[in-house]
Amino acid sequence: MRISKRRVVAVLRKELRDLRRSGNVVYAMVVLPLVFLIQPVIQVFTIPSDGSSTLHHEHTLIYMLAIPALVPAALAAYSIVGERVQGTLEPLLSTPVQPKELVLGKALAVFLPSTAVAYVVFAFFIAIVELFAAPGVAPALVQAPDVVAQIVFTPLLVTWSIWIGMAISARSSDLRTAGQVSILVSLPTVAVTSLIAFNVIPAGLHIALAFGAGLVVLDRLGWRAASSFFDSERLITTTK
Amino acid sequence: MAGDSVEPGHGEPALSVRSLTKRFGDRVAYQDVSFEVGRGEVFGFLGPNGAGKTTTVRTLGTLIAPSSGAATVAGLELTPENGVAIRQRIAIMPETPGLYLRLSVQDNLACFADLYEIPDPPDRIREVLEAVGLADRIHDSCGALSKGLRQRVSLARALLSDPEVLFLDEPTSGLDPAASKDVHGLIEDQRRRGVTVFLTTHRLDEAERLCDRVAILSTTLRTIGRPDELRDRLFRRTLTVRTVTPLAEPSAVFGPARGVTGWRADSPGTYVLDVSDITVAAPETTRALVAAGADVLALTESRHSLEDVYLQLVEGNDGEPAG
Repeated sequence: MRISKRRVVAVLRKELRDLRRSGNVVYAMVVLPLVFLIQPVIQVFTIPSDGSSTLHHEHTLIYMLAIPALVPAALAAYSIVGERVQGTLEPLLSTPVQPKELVLGKALAVFLPSTAVAYVVFAFFIAIVELFAAPGVAPALVQAPDVVAQIVFTPLLVTWSIWIGMAISARSSDLRTAGQVSILVSLPTVAVTSLIAFNVIPAGLHIALAFGAGLVVLDRLGWRAASSFFDSERLITTTK
Repeated sequence: MAGDSVEPGHGEPALSVRSLTKRFGDRVAYQDVSFEVGRGEVFGFLGPNGAGKTTTVRTLGTLIAPSSGAATVAGLELTPENGVAIRQRIAIMPETPGLYLRLSVQDNLACFADLYEIPDPPDRIREVLEAVGLADRIHDSCGALSKGLRQRVSLARALLSDPEVLFLDEPTSGLDPAASKDVHGLIEDQRRRGVTVFLTTHRLDEAERLCDRVAILSTTLRTIGRPDELRDRLFRRTLTVRTVTPLAEPSAVFGPARGVTGWRADSPGTYVLDVSDITVAAPETTRALVAAGADVLALTESRHSLEDVYLQLVEGNDGEPAG
């Protein structure tokens, strides 16, 4: 059956309105990225200008891919179990909305702010470096391939992270557990980006292509998995 | 089963349920349930906690799949393929309002209007809010509304799509008498508009007042019919006679009276008469008492409530009529 754009947008709009008014969610969206800013900021501002040459061999910017890898999972973890806990899932499922439309609307509602936050924090970091870091640090740190990687991988990581969060949310009956498990399950992705950032996994075109291709495949599988986990009968009849 | 004929609408029934069963593993939610509901009928679905009422509503609302049996909902066969089409024709108001409490009344309804793909949502939202008397609260946050008002918003949401069949699951649960009365008024409005209402409730007074017919479910369907039919089917009609002093020969007074099929002394000066036809038995008995020189205090017809019917069927023996 065709996917109704209007129903997807209805879910998206409702989710964004609800997110905006949810203090905990806004807090998570602000605090988590700031946590991941601390390490690069300290690193950048403790490097003297004559030490900036070491930055040529590191990929500090890649470390910031932890933000799109983690923040969306925390938000998406709330998406389905949140509806169950507040008793809104049954009225929602009583409408003609299809699971795929619901999943897509909810995923977009996490994708848009998460991607925006990731890009804004990244741009903010670059601006700080350009404006306040010691001379020579900015050119050494801001390498074109890393910037491209950030731009390209952010949406892919956000999408993967959303599917993780939503799949866990669909299987959970408790908000806190869903949030914690989602972050836990996202950690391997953060570990991979961190290992690349710290040069444990050597960054290069082949690694980037493999990583990108892997994420595209995982994102497609994740979409199917999240939709299949959305079993309305189980979600409604199992104990909250 | 007597009383299971479709009414009061005409033509194809709004709901037709045939041997429907739902099991969750080994647990049977409801079993072999069959009934029909006519278009425009207000149909009460009664039963104790855990009887399977809500599960039946969820099944007919395509939220859960039946284990066996078949049903037609708003003219469509209950199949997974018809899920979206059925949900476009019906609306379910669950027991808890299930509103987005951080959003305004308008935002809540706007979301659902779009999910039903309703043309011109602002006008329709205004209409349904006027119907439930909440037009002036459109911009209020749902979290700021009382339980009764939230229930009204929930009903407004159910009315948005102008459904053919409206499922109301315990709509007055937890409401105070004034709020319950408001909801009853809204259900009456739907009846007048010709909407088929499927009402599950614990409140027998509510069912008796609102419903054209009721069904009593306790995992299996115990009975179905008009409330007065059920009373007559389950209980003998009786007359209670009270006299100032006990009658010297009550059998000589009550025995020959037409329409009286039996009698027993309940206490000194109080007699309970089984009657076949109250309109014959009451005047006959009165004349016999007067002829016997009895000082009559009262002669009253014993009325059994729907609650008596319910208790008899759910807790007692549903075979022989009781007194």
